[in-house]
Amino acid sequence: MNLLSHSVLAAGLPMAEEGAHTPVVAPDMGAGGVFDLLWLVIALPVLGAVLLLGVAPFLPASLKAAADKHGHLVGTAMAALSFVLSLVLFVALLGRDAESRQVGQQLWTWFETGSLTVGMDLLYDQLAALFLLLITGVGSLIHVYAIGYMEHDPRRRRFFGYLNLFVAAMLTLILSANFVGLFLGWEGVGLASYLLIGFWQHKPSAAAAAKKAFVINRVGDIGLSLAIALMFATFGTTDFGAVSELAGEASQGTLNALGLLLLLGACGKSAQVPLQAWLLDAMEGPTPVSALIHAATMVTAGVYLVVRSNFIYELTPVAQTAVVIVATVTLLWGAILGCAKDDIKKALAGSTMSQIGYMMLAAGLGPVGYPFAIFHLLTHGFFKANMFLGAGSVMHGMNDDVDMRHYGALNKAMPVTFLTFAMGYLAIIGFPGFSGFWSKDKIIESALADNLVIGLLALLGAGITGFYMTRLMLMTFFGEKRWEADVHPHESPKVMTVPLIVLAALSVLGGALLLGDWIVTWLEPVTGVAEHHEPPLPAIVITLIITAVVALGVAAAWFLVGKREIPREAPQDVSFATRAARADLYGDAINDAVVVRPGAGLVGGLTTFDRVGVDGVVEGGSSAVGGLSTTMRRVQNGFVRSYALSLLGGALLVVLALLAVNLG
Amino acid sequence: MTEYIVLSAILFTIGCVGVLTRRNAIVVFMCVELMLNACNLAFVAFARQHGNLDGQITAFFVMVVAAAEVVIGLAIIMTIFRTRRSASVDDASLLKY
Repeated sequence: MNLLSHSVLAAGLPMAEEGAHTPVVAPDMGAGGVFDLLWLVIALPVLGAVLLLGVAPFLPASLKAAADKHGHLVGTAMAALSFVLSLVLFVALLGRDAESRQVGQQLWTWFETGSLTVGMDLLYDQLAALFLLLITGVGSLIHVYAIGYMEHDPRRRRFFGYLNLFVAAMLTLILSANFVGLFLGWEGVGLASYLLIGFWQHKPSAAAAAKKAFVINRVGDIGLSLAIALMFATFGTTDFGAVSELAGEASQGTLNALGLLLLLGACGKSAQVPLQAWLLDAMEGPTPVSALIHAATMVTAGVYLVVRSNFIYELTPVAQTAVVIVATVTLLWGAILGCAKDDIKKALAGSTMSQIGYMMLAAGLGPVGYPFAIFHLLTHGFFKANMFLGAGSVMHGMNDDVDMRHYGALNKAMPVTFLTFAMGYLAIIGFPGFSGFWSKDKIIESALADNLVIGLLALLGAGITGFYMTRLMLMTFFGEKRWEADVHPHESPKVMTVPLIVLAALSVLGGALLLGDWIVTWLEPVTGVAEHHEPPLPAIVITLIITAVVALGVAAAWFLVGKREIPREAPQDVSFATRAARADLYGDAINDAVVVRPGAGLVGGLTTFDRVGVDGVVEGGSSAVGGLSTTMRRVQNGFVRSYALSLLGGALLVVLALLAVNLG
Repeated sequence: MTEYIVLSAILFTIGCVGVLTRRNAIVVFMCVELMLNACNLAFVAFARQHGNLDGQITAFFVMVVAAAEVVIGLAIIMTIFRTRRSASVDDASLLKY
């Protein structure tokens, strides 16, 4: 079914029937047992952040030195404890009936004004459970890795405090039972990412990148906050439960606006076109931060928002179509960027943008896609964290050089990094059997079933993914040595390689979540039951086609990159396409032309108007009065007789006026 | 009746012209008194015409005020004359723009 007929059909259906598909969020508030500890999942990393950032700096010197030395252990322990608790909660949730797997907890009333009450409420359901495991699990591994990576950084304690803050904010975002609480976490994530991207703030580029990420995220936040305000105005509440119940009664215009505003918010956080420009610059942060942003926290928030708001998106085909279009553009945009970047982290960042595009695409497809969006989000969390940490390990061995043109033949020097990275690589390109194969295959299949054009573009994206990831592998680990003489690549310490090995194992095995359609069944109570669309071709044929396209991409990379000499300096006489991709497809230039320069022009115009127009009236008035009084004061000449004359004149005038009134 | 009013108007005009044209402060002062008394004359004449005492009472008020004014005014003129050796109103013209 193509997009147009999809939306026309959906718009033509009566609202009530449409709404009936979407499950209502109705958590069990008195679950008791281990679920009473839900708040602790957030509180642990918050405690870590408070201890490391709020308490440690004010300790006496000797204790502070100890805190600086061992602070990272506190941070890691908090993340790990949070993970253990998430695991326990997950097991407890598995132990409940399929119908009662939504658990809530009311902590306190956050604020109350008039008829408006916002509670600090938590919601733990199937969706939140998966996110919790991903965030705390991958987050903990990144914490462990960072112990080694940041070993020589004098501000390591502070770094771990920020990491804890980041994780806590993301957990708040996921666990909140209303949009206002979600917004709190959302802003917390924005703040933590700002602090971490700009962690090496002595580098002007890092400070600028942090600011850029923050500002672009604010643009998205405007969308989310407007959506929340609109929800208050329309429904009088922002609780997921109440909104999901009332959404069917809102007008179509309101729902469209809500969907599009939420999409704007998701675009900012998830680096979707047109708010994508911050993601590549964010690579200025330390590598564990990049891994955290790209795998566990931050960019997944947009996908979560769309999936969580399914009760709104199901009622607004317009916004759903917008999501699909934005996602498709982004997945190609990111993939193209990935092809031209020589900076290993930026190539990976382009790939993240592209993969998040796949998730958004799935989320835009409705109930049929939601589970696969989350599935791909999980597998991507594994293999992208794996590859980012692997890239960090490579940089660690190469004196923090990020240019892949200076690498080559690192497979011998760093065998563990190479092997774990290879697992991530095979997963992301969708090598049969690896986790990414299952998740991406499902998304492309669903896209093809929904709309042929979108499906083919997603397929093209998969081919490009094969190309740029192979290029990255070949340039980094194979070919000739291109290092400087004074670089001695070495394997990273155990504290860094063990997380890599764990993540590599997860990258390989993550596909197991799809066994027996487990994840689809698991998420069904949250996302709704999908009507079955028959794909245009049998599923196995589609899988074969996808694999063939990916193989084509890999082969292209082999012939274009692997078989050729790679110059140490990037060649400048390249095609227009390469130049465009190197310049982030002119994303910054577009922002400049569309927003920055018109904005500056508007501000300049307003300033001129203020200076000439407003100030002119005010200052002109005062100088006119001044000039008049300068002339008038000449009358005050000090001669009594002239005063008497004016007195007489005045009296005469009054008399004449009286006469004129009385006689006239 | 008309004669009194005409006389009053003539006296007032003379006083007025005197205030405007004469420089000597004493003369100006006398002209002011002339104007006041012209008014008093008019008041008394009108009181007589209306057959009540309102105008006559007002005339007494004017006299009291004029007496007070003379006391203060002559004191000022005296002081000015002592310091400047001149009673010309045009000489005392420093208080201006």
